[in-house]
Amino acid sequence: MSIKTSTSESLVLQADNILLDYLQNDGSRKQILTDFSMQVRAGEILAVLGPSGVGKSSLLRVLAGLKQPSCGQIRVHNKLVTSPHPRLAFMFQDPCLLPWLNLEANVAFGLDFRSQPKLDRSERRQRVQDAIAEVRLSEAHRAFPRELSGGMAQRVALARSLARRPEILLLDEPFSALDEVIRSEMQQLLLEVCHRHHTAVVMITHDIDEALLLADRVLLLGGTPGKLLREWQPQQPRPRNPASEAMALMRLEILQTLQGALAPEPDMQSWMPTI
Amino acid sequence: MSKLATGTVWLSRHAYQLGLTLAGLLVLVVLWQLGIWQLQQKLPLARLLAPVPALETLIELVTSGEILGDVAASLRRVLVSLSLALLAGIPVGLAVGFWRRFDSATSGAFQFLRMISPLSWMPIAIMIFGIGDQPVYFLLCMGAVWPIILNTAAGVRNLDPGWLMLAQSMSASRLEMLLRVVLPGILGSILTGTRLAIGMIWVLLVPCEMLGVTSGLGYFILDTRDRLAYSELMAVIVLIGILGYLLDSLARSLQRRWA
Repeated sequence: MSIKTSTSESLVLQADNILLDYLQNDGSRKQILTDFSMQVRAGEILAVLGPSGVGKSSLLRVLAGLKQPSCGQIRVHNKLVTSPHPRLAFMFQDPCLLPWLNLEANVAFGLDFRSQPKLDRSERRQRVQDAIAEVRLSEAHRAFPRELSGGMAQRVALARSLARRPEILLLDEPFSALDEVIRSEMQQLLLEVCHRHHTAVVMITHDIDEALLLADRVLLLGGTPGKLLREWQPQQPRPRNPASEAMALMRLEILQTLQGALAPEPDMQSWMPTI
Repeated sequence: MSKLATGTVWLSRHAYQLGLTLAGLLVLVVLWQLGIWQLQQKLPLARLLAPVPALETLIELVTSGEILGDVAASLRRVLVSLSLALLAGIPVGLAVGFWRRFDSATSGAFQFLRMISPLSWMPIAIMIFGIGDQPVYFLLCMGAVWPIILNTAAGVRNLDPGWLMLAQSMSASRLEMLLRVVLPGILGSILTGTRLAIGMIWVLLVPCEMLGVTSGLGYFILDTRDRLAYSELMAVIVLIGILGYLLDSLARSLQRRWA
């Protein structure tokens, strides 16, 4: 549970005292997440775990600069973020491919936007081709989204993020709609490419095993209103075995911590029987 | 072998369809002829309105090129008024789709205006635009703009919010959002609206060309009446039907290519 000491240079993303709330019908504000702080170092994989309703997805949107927190601030390389940062890429649960563009054009989408770093045409093509090769879809580069399976579509979405050479990749339950086999393939692929490019990852998930398999650090959110309950640092070398004793122990700890903070919310109870 | 078999099934299914269509058209021609025979009892001149003289005259009008100038004039009016309706309808449709308050403010007015036959504006159109093509364009637009507005707005409402968020996460400017996500995303709906608009324009075109213009299929119909050229009258009516069918087929194939 100890936090590694690190120099501030290697910090890529910081969240300080984030508060998320929303306006209720009666005019009062309901807090969903309070006093949340975290720091992400270059190349680090971070999993944010928690039951639904605790504001995980909203938190990720705030980190992405898509939404302003009610209180607190986000910094990338120590600079305040108020709108989506070009060095940040966001990947959603749904691949969100544009059906009128082929695979290549989908991967290239956004690279030529005015706010993005300027690239000349050949550079852009090279990046797109590299990204497609990395997710092993070179042969299908002219296919349209309707011709792709769910797993392939999610790989295209990953390639689209990679083509932007992000320093930080934000993932909102990106593999939860995929079946078991494809999911574990995608998890391996993600680890591979992130290590190769030294990309930091913040991944939202409600799957404890996914968090334990992939992350350098696991942050657990819980309680009402949600807050950071505790942090774990799985030390096992990858590929990790979810059935190993150390993993099983950590999973148990996570569940116990959650139970300790469990408020009688129906949402959460439906999440608990995965024990 | 199986490919051949599917080919045969395809052919026979299409031959069957085509046969049914032709049979329906044949029944129409027979009814037409029966009606003329009935009319001839009282009005001997009616024989000129029968299918055979009409079709003969149609071939003559087309091969001699006599009617082609009027066809071109009518098609030009379709194209101009459709373009104007798209130019006006798409931005308004976008505003209605994106801006809930604008939608609430305009929906009553639009429903009200939509239900007024565009031909009712005829005298006012002539007062404002004078005699010529302009009032025709105006009246055709008044009919065509509503399906375009409504379908564009429906397209915007059905846009996948994920696409918008994706573009937003890449800091798309408003213009990039519009050109790269919204317009391609609603093109299918715009084409649906365009197809309905073409149908509307084609139906309104003939009466509109009966006022103050000196070319076009509507004008030609009034002219045949004045010249007592009844076989030409029926020939033009048939031609209007054929051209309308072709225009709609064109719009439909565009729509299908996108979908």
